[in-house]
Amino acid sequence: MQTSDKLSLGGREFSSRFILGSGKYSLKLIQAAVRDAGAEIITLAVRRANTKDQENILDYIPKGVTLLPNTSGARDAKEAVRIARLARELGCGDFVKVEIMRDSKYLLPDNTETIKATEILAKEGFVVLPYMYPDLNVARDLVNAGAAAVMPLASPIGSNKGLATREFIQILIDEIDLPVIVDAGIGRPSQACEAMEMGAAAIMANTALATAGDLPLMAAAFRQAIEAGRKAYLSGLGRVLVRGASASDPLTGFLHD
Amino acid sequence: MENTFFVDSEHLSPEVLKKKHQLETDPAARKDPMAYLPGMEVIDSDVRDRVLAEMNAYDPARYTPRHVRAALDHPTCSLEDFKALLSPAAAPFLEEIARRAHEETQKHFGNTVYLFTPLYIANYCENYCVYCGFNCYNHIKRKKLTMEQVEHEMAVIAQSGMEEILLLTGESRAQSDVAYIGEACKLARKYFRMVGLEIYPVNTEEYRYLHDCGADYVTVFQETYDIKKYETLHLLGHKRVWPYRFDAQERALRGGMRGVAFSALLGLSDFRKDALATALHACLLQRKYPAAELSLSCPRLRPIINNDKISPLDVGEKELCQVLCAYRIFLPFVGITVSSRESARFRDGIVKIAATKISAGVSTGIGDHESKYTGQGPKDDQGDEQFEIDDSRSFSQMYRDMDQEGLQPVLNDYLYV
Repeated sequence: MQTSDKLSLGGREFSSRFILGSGKYSLKLIQAAVRDAGAEIITLAVRRANTKDQENILDYIPKGVTLLPNTSGARDAKEAVRIARLARELGCGDFVKVEIMRDSKYLLPDNTETIKATEILAKEGFVVLPYMYPDLNVARDLVNAGAAAVMPLASPIGSNKGLATREFIQILIDEIDLPVIVDAGIGRPSQACEAMEMGAAAIMANTALATAGDLPLMAAAFRQAIEAGRKAYLSGLGRVLVRGASASDPLTGFLHD
Repeated sequence: MENTFFVDSEHLSPEVLKKKHQLETDPAARKDPMAYLPGMEVIDSDVRDRVLAEMNAYDPARYTPRHVRAALDHPTCSLEDFKALLSPAAAPFLEEIARRAHEETQKHFGNTVYLFTPLYIANYCENYCVYCGFNCYNHIKRKKLTMEQVEHEMAVIAQSGMEEILLLTGESRAQSDVAYIGEACKLARKYFRMVGLEIYPVNTEEYRYLHDCGADYVTVFQETYDIKKYETLHLLGHKRVWPYRFDAQERALRGGMRGVAFSALLGLSDFRKDALATALHACLLQRKYPAAELSLSCPRLRPIINNDKISPLDVGEKELCQVLCAYRIFLPFVGITVSSRESARFRDGIVKIAATKISAGVSTGIGDHESKYTGQGPKDDQGDEQFEIDDSRSFSQMYRDMDQEGLQPVLNDYLYV
């Protein structure tokens, strides 16, 4: 069962369920991070890749790793579409993570504009992974718009606060047929593990690694946590006791006497 | 202790000197700093009143170590917390404040540091700001670059690898009008990914024009938010009109600019009050224009040509560090720029705590990049500098140094869309 457990996105299959960010740490560490994370997908900001010769981030990403360019910097659907097209021109492939923010403080995604951009880009043949605030109605609209997955935020980006939106992400996992990739705010491997136990298809992390004392070691820790969470989910998690112990004698036993 | 700003040049005629002295000594000879001049756009905004009310009510001496402790214990920083962090009572907590600031910087920016360089294209100025090397009574070599010269300067800078540029002029509409600056922006877009402006404040439609020409960020230094003090430092010219300057960032955003930068020049007035007003100014505009990208600077007074005695008075490096860390904790998401006015040692330290952007390969003179970048002797026709810089590291040196400090230098993180 384990060997056939693949993450399917846009007609491609991935063995790793850890999507790595690249924006907040030294370019020299990218290769070690990818290796120790076992990552097969790495995000990059198009606005960062749109640079001249000196130290282009694209030169540091190992071959064979799928690029997931993001549209950060876009304030509306129109800007996101332009950035996605630029990513394609730069040779970043057809995957795109739509990120639209109209708020410079919390960097919360604008769901309405995200739906619009997703629809346009999906029609243009992009494999669209929209970053979104976990709202079931919006997720359904994104499915209809042609998204390849949805990427709900766990908590504000960079906050390392973990699954603040846990209940709402669970609803998406339960109701949406596309992969649900938990993005933003995952600060610890244990939080990544928890999201995977819930049934998330993959985890995206950046700041948690970038701010670790030993980045490659943290990448490895995330990898193991994500794998552990996935196995737990596939195994069919046992009942989790919320309050006190369970009575060994059923309360309704008398009905069967 | 006060700075002595007034310097008489032997090149000024007796009539001009008489007017200068009158402006310096007789408040009645000066225009009302709150009265707009013809052509200055008035916008309807309550931001100014709110900033002034908070600043005027702020008494830094009222805060105790207990307030500072509480501020550091709170998960998010309220305005009251920020006031405590700026107060003298916070000084003994500097290391702890720095650690908290570092944590916030890491969360929002990771280990990156952005590099840019300023390019002064003209140093003509119509204002008499007593602390500034470009002031109209200061005898310096004036120069305005032609577009050919602007392009040459840009080519030299771009050759070094720099991708972000900040275009500056002295504040003279007559010598450097909006059309002239617009042409410089168009050229800059050919050589750089990102173009910022630090020019005299203009009206909304003029900002829109400059944005269309390729500029996307506008920096306006308010210098001091203390209007009474401002009036005694900016004695002549359009810059004397304090409220028009205050509303510049808001007009820039309305004109379509992506981001705006704010600053007080520390050392002119009560630096704690000025720091409070600067950050609150940014904070309130973020509420009003949530998509705006904001940045704060924290320059201190520097010596200028013909007056090497000017100093930032009570704003030492420890105080500056405290202000920068308080900015970071209060506004974790804003960019913080530290200019070459500060020493290499201070800049190397502060980028690891709170700052996110530093300049490199800096000249505040006009038309001298080639001589400075190539080591050739200066040409005779260069324009003089606005102030003396301290950290004169080249772009490549800065890149190496930041890399060695464990930071990732970023040359561009921006798309003009």
